[in-house]
Amino acid sequence: MIEIRNLNKTYHLKTGDVKAVQDVSIRIGDGVIYGVIGYSGAGKSTLVRCLNLLEIPDSGSVTLEGTGEITLKGGKPYLDGKVMTPRQQNSMRRGIGMIFQHFNLLDRCTVFENIAYPLRHTGRSRKEITQRVRELLALVSLEDKIDVYPSQLSGGQKQRVAIARALAAEPRVLLSDEATSALDPEATESILVLLQDLNRKLGITIVLITHEMAVIRSIADRVAVMEDGRVVEEGPVYEIFAEPKAEITRKFVSSSLLGKLDRLIAEDSDLVKVQPGEKLVRLMFRKDCVGEHLLTTAARRYGFDLNIILANSEYLRGNPIGGMAGIMSGDRENIEKGIQFLRQNHVSTEVIRDGDADGAACAEPVSVS
Amino acid sequence: METLMEQLAPNLYLYRDKFYKSFAATVEMFWKAGLIAFVIGLLLGVLLVITKKDGISPKPVVYQVTNLLINVFRSIPFIILLIFLIPLTRAVVGTAINVRGAILPLVFGVVPFYSRQVEVALSGVDPGKIEAARSMGSGTIGLIFRVYLREAVPDLIRVTTVTAISLIGLTTMAGAVGAGGIGSFAINYGQNQNHPDIVNVCVITLLIVTFILQSLGNGLSRRATNRGLLTRHHAREKEENV
Repeated sequence: MIEIRNLNKTYHLKTGDVKAVQDVSIRIGDGVIYGVIGYSGAGKSTLVRCLNLLEIPDSGSVTLEGTGEITLKGGKPYLDGKVMTPRQQNSMRRGIGMIFQHFNLLDRCTVFENIAYPLRHTGRSRKEITQRVRELLALVSLEDKIDVYPSQLSGGQKQRVAIARALAAEPRVLLSDEATSALDPEATESILVLLQDLNRKLGITIVLITHEMAVIRSIADRVAVMEDGRVVEEGPVYEIFAEPKAEITRKFVSSSLLGKLDRLIAEDSDLVKVQPGEKLVRLMFRKDCVGEHLLTTAARRYGFDLNIILANSEYLRGNPIGGMAGIMSGDRENIEKGIQFLRQNHVSTEVIRDGDADGAACAEPVSVS
Repeated sequence: METLMEQLAPNLYLYRDKFYKSFAATVEMFWKAGLIAFVIGLLLGVLLVITKKDGISPKPVVYQVTNLLINVFRSIPFIILLIFLIPLTRAVVGTAINVRGAILPLVFGVVPFYSRQVEVALSGVDPGKIEAARSMGSGTIGLIFRVYLREAVPDLIRVTTVTAISLIGLTTMAGAVGAGGIGSFAINYGQNQNHPDIVNVCVITLLIVTFILQSLGNGLSRRATNRGLLTRHHAREKEENV
């Protein structure tokens, strides 16, 4: 288990202080795929680097299995009451694998040499190293590339080599810093499948940093949403998707499920223009209301019309979730009652544009369920 | 060959023994000073890269002092440096003339330039690779030898070639103050005795040496960049079979 308590990290730049991580406390269970999502500059990269002390936090504590509780005081890491020596820090890092957006393979080393890097100078014999490298290459299905240089590999293959290298020393934790952000969709998918596979086969804990909700959606068990150095929301991925609380989380969820809607609104498309008496709404259905006829029931009971603009549904870790955007029209009171009814039935309903509000067509989100 | 020399450069033919000796002296100065400067330059270059502010082992004082010394020695023209260093050379090696006396000023002349070049070459190593190696538990020594020096090899060969060529230039200059070698031969027997053929042959000799060094550097650097797959593969197969 990894436990982070009250972690802080501030960069002192010429242009002023940047609070990259502010009072972050999270627990990451063993064998979990833990996602950390946020826009660039939210502090997620710094946070993950604080786990293996590539960045030394200013204060707080990090507890790692196999190492113990590392407390930070005055920008120095303490273990068992003593300042950690560089040697202790290095050996702690060996227990945590890390992969990067740009792979960071050594270009002048072959695939074999890259993967052998963490194994050398650790008392292993040449034969043991060769055998281990072959095992690792089999694990990432790249057996035939053992003597190839990174420049001859595709992006996806490079990341596979990087994963093999990160796993070489048998770490219990793998940190992934935007590992799929530089890859095409196909390679992204294959790397995500591989990570999930490794998580299941080896029981390795994976901490996954990304700015793409799709990545979280496809493999993470839990997610922390970061904004301005703080964790604004944290929980199981389905819960976060189904009931996003913070504004930024709602943005991530909506962009993932109803990605086009934001664009339509930004472009002020005719599809999302509302007349007086109309309301543009976004509805999110979670597992306990997907599959029921809530919408038609509401429309029939309260006598409003609904023009569906966008709708999408998917399975998230085995549970269904749906999103829909549409324009409700009809009697103002009836619409209100309809919305009430939907909310009572656990449909998260958000009025994005209200034709009756001032400056209707370009109104910002007015009400939030 | 000898008759050809006699016809084309009669004066050189007359002093051919001197010419051979001078050439040998230049070669000796070049490799001795070069070897020492290579080691010191690499050391200082590495020191600069690792001790700078965002280096892997930041030590502002060490960096500032090294940086200042390099700047100072780089800005002194070599011919002045030669004279300036005479007392130090005498104190260290006992003489300020001949090849023996030339090595120290040559090292002083070339090290600042070379350290800077090494620093630039090493700074070109992607910080991401350093970070990855750190995440795998490499310490400062590991990072220097397994990442910096290794990944920068093609660039290091390039800057070493440039430095070697400029060192040839410096050795001829050292000749002007009594070090011997091709430079002093061209001045004493060519220019001062009005034998243009000697000057010309010296120029051509240096051109050839420079050309050879440059080709060698280019070739090595290219090989270091695209290392042959097959040879590496076979080397490893053999290693495994043993």
